[in-house]
Amino acid sequence: MNLRKYLKVYKKFLHTSLASELEYKTNILVDLITAILSLVGSIFLLSIFFQNNGYIGGWKFEQALIIQAIYTILNGITNTWFNPNLTEIVKHIREGTLDFVLLKPIDSQFFISLKKINPSGFLEIMLGFLLLFFCIRINQINLSSSFLTLSSITLSCSICILYSLWFFISTTTIWFVKTWNAIEVLRSFLYIGRFPLNSFSFSIRIFFSVFIPIAFITTIPSEVFLGISVLWKILLEVIVAIIFLITSRKFWLFAIKFYSSASS
Amino acid sequence: MISNLIYRKIFTLLKVQYSNMLEYRVEIALWAISGIIPFFMLNIWTNNNLNESINISNVLLSRYFLCAFFVRQFSVVWVVFSFEEDSLMGKVSPYLIQPLNPFFRYFAQHLAEQITRFPFALIIAFFFFIFNPESIWMPNLGILLLSIVSTFLSFLIQFLIQSIVACLCFWTEKASSIERLLFIPTLFLSGLLAPVVSFPSYVKSWIYWTPFPYLIDFPANLLSGNKTNISGGLSMQILWIFLLFPLFKKIWSEGTKKYTAMGS
Repeated sequence: MNLRKYLKVYKKFLHTSLASELEYKTNILVDLITAILSLVGSIFLLSIFFQNNGYIGGWKFEQALIIQAIYTILNGITNTWFNPNLTEIVKHIREGTLDFVLLKPIDSQFFISLKKINPSGFLEIMLGFLLLFFCIRINQINLSSSFLTLSSITLSCSICILYSLWFFISTTTIWFVKTWNAIEVLRSFLYIGRFPLNSFSFSIRIFFSVFIPIAFITTIPSEVFLGISVLWKILLEVIVAIIFLITSRKFWLFAIKFYSSASS
Repeated sequence: MISNLIYRKIFTLLKVQYSNMLEYRVEIALWAISGIIPFFMLNIWTNNNLNESINISNVLLSRYFLCAFFVRQFSVVWVVFSFEEDSLMGKVSPYLIQPLNPFFRYFAQHLAEQITRFPFALIIAFFFFIFNPESIWMPNLGILLLSIVSTFLSFLIQFLIQSIVACLCFWTEKASSIERLLFIPTLFLSGLLAPVVSFPSYVKSWIYWTPFPYLIDFPANLLSGNKTNISGGLSMQILWIFLLFPLFKKIWSEGTKKYTAMGS
């Protein structure tokens, strides 16, 4: 592993994919409007839930907005990196071009997960941070250094879990070839992350924290922001993130043994 | 003679597309699963007793969301994505020479997919009833037929809107981002995530003039036995089809003149 080499390669990736994406400038504008509308829509939905109730699952409206903000940031990250790259795996495997990736003298997982970038996702990330700062103001959260470290730890763990989930499903393409719709299933499950976990019934809560840890992704960072999180939950999230990263890596190495190319 | 020919055309198209779709059964099953978001929403509604404020009983609300799931299953449209791919790959050229509008091909594809999807949707409904046995009901035959008609009309409206967007491919190449933009109001205003009756009055005052509530809310209310204006809803659906169809014909004839046969 040569870090400098990988940084250099990544710079090239950034350059080529930005160049090709910026060719469609109006597209980026349309994507920005989409991101704004989708945020407005989810706040609208949230306001319907809070119309006649002060609390949902023990969360106030202002507090639930934090979850919305974190969801938007994570969704932006998904749209910037995970979605364009990992849907590409499906294409690589279907057309047999994964051969070229495997032959290159760099790590195949690195290549496949970071090759492309979709700049319109940045706007969504910024939108999420704007909402997050707004939430910090209306919830009167004071920014201390311990708070900042804890929130960045939990957020990066969420990103790792999210990445592993995406990568895990994309890897199964090696056996099933077409997994577009498996990704759609994941997307619809991730939708749960827009709402506080406590607002769901017990069985759903268990399912989405034990089998697919979507519950961890947004709820725990939000609890850290509100200062109501307990230490064992944060530790648990770190452990889950590490386990997921390691297993997704192992699973990829295991899966490429079964890769049998196509049309060559 | 002519009607016989048209009949044979339709029959062949459907048969070809149906056998095509049967090849991807797992895909379609997964796709059906990805439509379960209404059930998550139902869970939030009933778990927090939000339905009391809009005067809908638990049972009626769960029927509503089940019907919303069904209506969505049979009105999913993806023509813009197929058309975009075909037009970028230059596959549209041979279609244009044939004495058949290529959109008939896509239309048959959608219908065939719905037939393939039907058993999976039934299985999901079966599981829904296992968890919610109190919400089992049998709509009478007239209502059932009417709601099938209105679901089909909803499908037609969405198909026409997306075909119009797809025709923009003749000008911009990447029309799917416009579709993703249009999907956001469809998602939040159609009643898939919350019934339109629960919307605040500042939205309810204008929403019935847009096509959105007739896409899911109206057919779902009709099927689930909730209160709705049957003749008004059906006539609005038909009105929107009559407005959109000439628009599609116009943009199609303009677009084919602009066609530049990319990729060939």
